[in-house]
Amino acid sequence: MAIRSRLDLAAALKDSVLAALLALGLFGLVVGIRTETGPVGALELFPRIGLLAAIVGVIFLGRFAFVLLYQGGFLDFAGARLASANLGTRFGGIQRFAGPALLGFAIAVPILFYENRYYLDLGILVLTYVMLGWGLNIVVGLAGLLDLGYVAFYAVGAYAYALLAQHTGLSFWVCLPVAGILAAFWGILLGFPVLRLRGDYLAIVTLAFGEIIRIVLINWQSFTNGPNGITGIPRPSFFGLPFIDGEGGFAERFGFEFSPLHRIVFLYYVILVLALVTNFVTIRLRRLPIGRAWEALREDEIACRSLGINTTNTKLTAFAIGAMFGGFAGAFFATRQGFISPESFVFMESALILAIVVLGGMGSQIGVAVAAFVMIGGFELFREFAQARMLLFGAAMVAIMVWRPRGLVATRVPSVFLAKRKIIPAEVVEGARR
Amino acid sequence: MSASERDPILEIRHLTMRFGGLLAVDDLSITARRGGVTAVIGPNGAGKTTVFNCVTGFYRPSQGMIRLRHRDGAEFLLERLPDFRIASRGRVARTFQNVRLFAGMTAIENLLVAQHNPLMLASGYSLLGIVGFPGYARAERAAIERAAHWLERTGLLSRADDPAASLAYGAQRRLEIARAMCMEPVLLCLDEPAAGLNPRESEELNELLMRIRADTGTSILLIEHDMSVVMGISDHIVVLDYGRKIADGTPQQVRDDPKVIAAYLGVDEEAVGAIATEVKP
Repeated sequence: MAIRSRLDLAAALKDSVLAALLALGLFGLVVGIRTETGPVGALELFPRIGLLAAIVGVIFLGRFAFVLLYQGGFLDFAGARLASANLGTRFGGIQRFAGPALLGFAIAVPILFYENRYYLDLGILVLTYVMLGWGLNIVVGLAGLLDLGYVAFYAVGAYAYALLAQHTGLSFWVCLPVAGILAAFWGILLGFPVLRLRGDYLAIVTLAFGEIIRIVLINWQSFTNGPNGITGIPRPSFFGLPFIDGEGGFAERFGFEFSPLHRIVFLYYVILVLALVTNFVTIRLRRLPIGRAWEALREDEIACRSLGINTTNTKLTAFAIGAMFGGFAGAFFATRQGFISPESFVFMESALILAIVVLGGMGSQIGVAVAAFVMIGGFELFREFAQARMLLFGAAMVAIMVWRPRGLVATRVPSVFLAKRKIIPAEVVEGARR
Repeated sequence: MSASERDPILEIRHLTMRFGGLLAVDDLSITARRGGVTAVIGPNGAGKTTVFNCVTGFYRPSQGMIRLRHRDGAEFLLERLPDFRIASRGRVARTFQNVRLFAGMTAIENLLVAQHNPLMLASGYSLLGIVGFPGYARAERAAIERAAHWLERTGLLSRADDPAASLAYGAQRRLEIARAMCMEPVLLCLDEPAAGLNPRESEELNELLMRIRADTGTSILLIEHDMSVVMGISDHIVVLDYGRKIADGTPQQVRDDPKVIAAYLGVDEEAVGAIATEVKP
């Protein structure tokens, strides 16, 4: 610390000049020159030296101040990280209460915000991503298989429901399991060729798989209606009672006054229940041999094989179950929107879901829920800033990864204990180490 | 020698393993006696670990046969089985030269993963387990008890709920043996179990292995550099050099074999004869 607090002006100056040069290179053409269509139709160049100079100057001074502050010991990243690690262990303690509290809040949302449709819609959106995050958490967080094409299963579920409901007229509750099973089937189909791959290679193949599904959806006009998507997907009914005004509707049957909000509230609870089922199944599976085998697979695949674990089947189950929940979420998405098109299933969605899992802390259920809430909620919060939104979003992610490099909740709770359940620190868990 | 031929647990015949142009194991035949401790020794690069990886299915041999025979007469040709089947059906457990524990999982979780297959069956391939079938709870309790038993035998009971990564090196080695024993193996393959242990820990390891053999009747196949371990517990030693077997016999026979001395001291072929005359006056 004593060494660092000595100020080295020359070094700071050199560093700042380098940063300014870098900025000049980056912004020189982008900001420094403006093109406009001239009177005869040709492009004319207008240099904007002033603006460029201002940007480079700000970066120079900013970097200079930053380096001086760092040298002065005011910006202590290592210390901050240590402090946040301590916070993490304390957070592990309050985790026990955070879960029920969040659940209580989630149940109360439609009552608290009944008059505010915007919040209800946002709640549904957040819960959809919570469910997707939990589904992907099985594959990425528990089994340690990096999947960049998760949105493919979301798409399979959505299209399965949309097409089934349109062509057969079956109700949502019948189509939902079918959509899940179909997605699981595609999960296994993807799983087979990529069984031998790990890490980066697996990520690339799954990424390609996600794109393949999307491109098939766009080009298979006769089946999926191509880029126009599918419209008029049946809305969910309250176990046979449609949410309509008048005879035979939900409101009339139960003696309420009709309100379009009934359907929204119903949808909210449907996705809440679906998400909770995902959570319940994951928690149960984690304590079963298959869940332990997933985590063991993440820690050391060779050791798994030496213990007689069929790693092929274990990976396929992880893919299938993760995909199944993605399919459920997709079916829900289709019935909520009433319209789906391949545009909803772009790579950005996969990246967002993966970001939720990584940010939340791989393998942690509550971390993923909080991350989904923060990410999707934050995305909406910054909607007014339009252009700056992605910038803020990126900055926030970088900040979180600097201060909590292993995600919000990186500790691991053992699946079984002999005398006392001790929280395992993040540093030794393989999924977090990578 | 005749007893081992009558009921061997493991017969390796004409095992050859090539990696491209490199001949790692060359026409090797070993017979391991049931209930015995067979050690494979040799200088670095002699092909010991390659033999192990062939036996446990991590490598597929280029040529040769590896036959495992259970006490009930069931026979397995290991060169034809995938690695996880050798472990689950053949009941061959192994440890690794560089310890391979599930670092982020607790000691007891490590031992439960080793009982994956019976537990999987008890949980009805997760279908019964997920609805809370009571039979699974019973099976899990029994598995925890067995794990606790092996933790106690290896002196790790007090560390049961600590992550494997937080254990000291010697304790990690013992945990790996406990994990292998939770599979109730008929053949336990140990790849340099004493590597990195201090003399006292090696002594404890010897005692542990002797007790395992006495109490469970598990046959042990061992690769080791530490001669105090090898000479202390093995009743049959095979010496490899450059992928070939150069000696095979009791510790006493091997110790006196001039070819073994030459291989370990790095004497060339011509000098072997000279050493032989010196050793046997």
